[in-house]
Amino acid sequence: MSTTRTSEAGDRTGEGLTEIRWHARGGQGAVTAAKMVAELALGQGKHFQAFPEYGPERSGAPIVAFTRVSDEPIQIYSGVEHPGIVVVLDPSLLSNIDVMKGAPDDAIVLVNSEMAPAEVRRKYGLKGGRLFTVPATRIAAETIRRPIPNTPMVGALTRITGLFPIDKVVEFLRADFGKKFPPKVVEGNIAAIMRAYEEVQGE
Amino acid sequence: MSGQNTETLAVTGNEAAAEAMRQIDPDVVCAYPITPQTEVVQLYAQMVADGKVSSEFVTVESEHSAMSAVIGAAAGGARTMTATSSQGFALMWELLFVASSYRLPIVMTTVNRALSGPINIHCDHSDSMGGRDSGWIQLYGENHQQAYDNCIQAVRIAEHLEVRLPVMHMYDGYVISGAIGPLVMLSDDQVQDFIGPFTAVNPLLDPKRPVTVGPFDGLHGWYFEHKVAQNRAMDRALKVIQDVADEYGELSGRHYGLFEPYRLDDAEIAIVVVGSTAGTTRLVVDKLRAKGVKAGMIRMRVFRPFPHAAYASALEHVKVVGVLDRADSFGAQGGPLFLEIRAALYDNDPRPQVLPFIYGLGGRDIFPDNIEQAFAVLEKAAQEKGRTSTGRRYLNLRED
Repeated sequence: MSTTRTSEAGDRTGEGLTEIRWHARGGQGAVTAAKMVAELALGQGKHFQAFPEYGPERSGAPIVAFTRVSDEPIQIYSGVEHPGIVVVLDPSLLSNIDVMKGAPDDAIVLVNSEMAPAEVRRKYGLKGGRLFTVPATRIAAETIRRPIPNTPMVGALTRITGLFPIDKVVEFLRADFGKKFPPKVVEGNIAAIMRAYEEVQGE
Repeated sequence: MSGQNTETLAVTGNEAAAEAMRQIDPDVVCAYPITPQTEVVQLYAQMVADGKVSSEFVTVESEHSAMSAVIGAAAGGARTMTATSSQGFALMWELLFVASSYRLPIVMTTVNRALSGPINIHCDHSDSMGGRDSGWIQLYGENHQQAYDNCIQAVRIAEHLEVRLPVMHMYDGYVISGAIGPLVMLSDDQVQDFIGPFTAVNPLLDPKRPVTVGPFDGLHGWYFEHKVAQNRAMDRALKVIQDVADEYGELSGRHYGLFEPYRLDDAEIAIVVVGSTAGTTRLVVDKLRAKGVKAGMIRMRVFRPFPHAAYASALEHVKVVGVLDRADSFGAQGGPLFLEIRAALYDNDPRPQVLPFIYGLGGRDIFPDNIEQAFAVLEKAAQEKGRTSTGRRYLNLRED
């Protein structure tokens, strides 16, 4: 049988379904971020699903993870083919992975980078999508004292997608991270989210 | 029913299964870690270390030993559980038959994964489907909620005095095991009340009533009669599985049957499918229905014992049935579920056509389009005068 894939379930305009694809390297916390967005969706009374595309689990290796957020219960368990939102946690992936694969022209693309969106486009020859950048690694280093960009990326994502109100994200971090980490780490993460929320820039 | 918990949690499929195990709190758990089941064992070991459960947790050096140890503990009179996947399941092989023939009510979580080789850690159903004749009851779940719900029901089914057979419950490796999805739990007390206290039957550790378990029986012994008794227990299990599901439905508000039909009442074509792909298939059924195609489906839940009479009745009005197997039976006419469905419908008059589809081996993804292609084959077969070839059809196979 042929292998054409034109899943309509990947269409984020259909039935209030948002599909996010995360590109990162092992150790950057993309799976945690994918999960965090799912839990934020749960907190908003929405339906959710988050899953990594498992391969060899090595620190530094390219990884992909997915999040689905929907107004309706999610039944589909196929991989995300046409993500409405693409999040790139490591800009070095742009040179060797087609992060735009399957994404529609109006997809939101958020890249962790010190560069402005126009520079990123020029340097990596990135075509299509609505591009946003945020220096998430630096923000994390300065606020959490660890260069793990996942929480600031969620802050930036909150700003550009309007998926959740920012105060709900902060509330969630206080409650959820508060169970696992000392207050200093929790406050560092909140500061990281707030800074990324402010500093993310579009084209 | 009032008082039902509705708080939704975001958990992995493995967390859902481990939470069910915590609430069951069996006397003995013996397990060996294997991808993608590892998280279940790791979480349970943590619960033991944190004093959240009172289980004796026995770490062993292999799955062969894990199954041997739960057999020993169960024969001794304990409520026992274990978990495995793939190669681990294969390494348990000879003991699976021992567990069922000793009539030990062991409950095992099996996280479905392909068998080597080539080495592959991803989802298909080759492991548990290969164990379909091992004398274990088999329940297959679709999602996180069912990984939890089936695990709890498995205890009641296995321990029922009319049954006393081991039960394995399955969910898809990675697709469910490693994905974050929704789970609504019962309270710890509700689960304990539902499963009730464990009743040992002829336990080894009863010095006042010494018994022998599993001795050499000899050429003129009762081996044959013993096997027939096992199969009769399987037959009785069908009613018990439904009774337990009904009681669980009352308690939880989540109702289960031996299988789950969807838009089947007036369907002319239908797919029978297992596991997480059922959700994706449901979306395709809705899409086809919107176009006026009389499509329906059944999600298989109970594979052993196989409710063949119920399938014959549920599918009697369907012209063409497509069976989606995520495991193959090399050299047979089709995959394991196909063979069962086709046999179940043989005495139907008129006799529906039953066509085999194989998909998703080694974790190959299955998209709504692939399922639509399968439905298109069924639709064409329904319109044709003669009968359609029953050669295997492969979904999302790279062959062109």
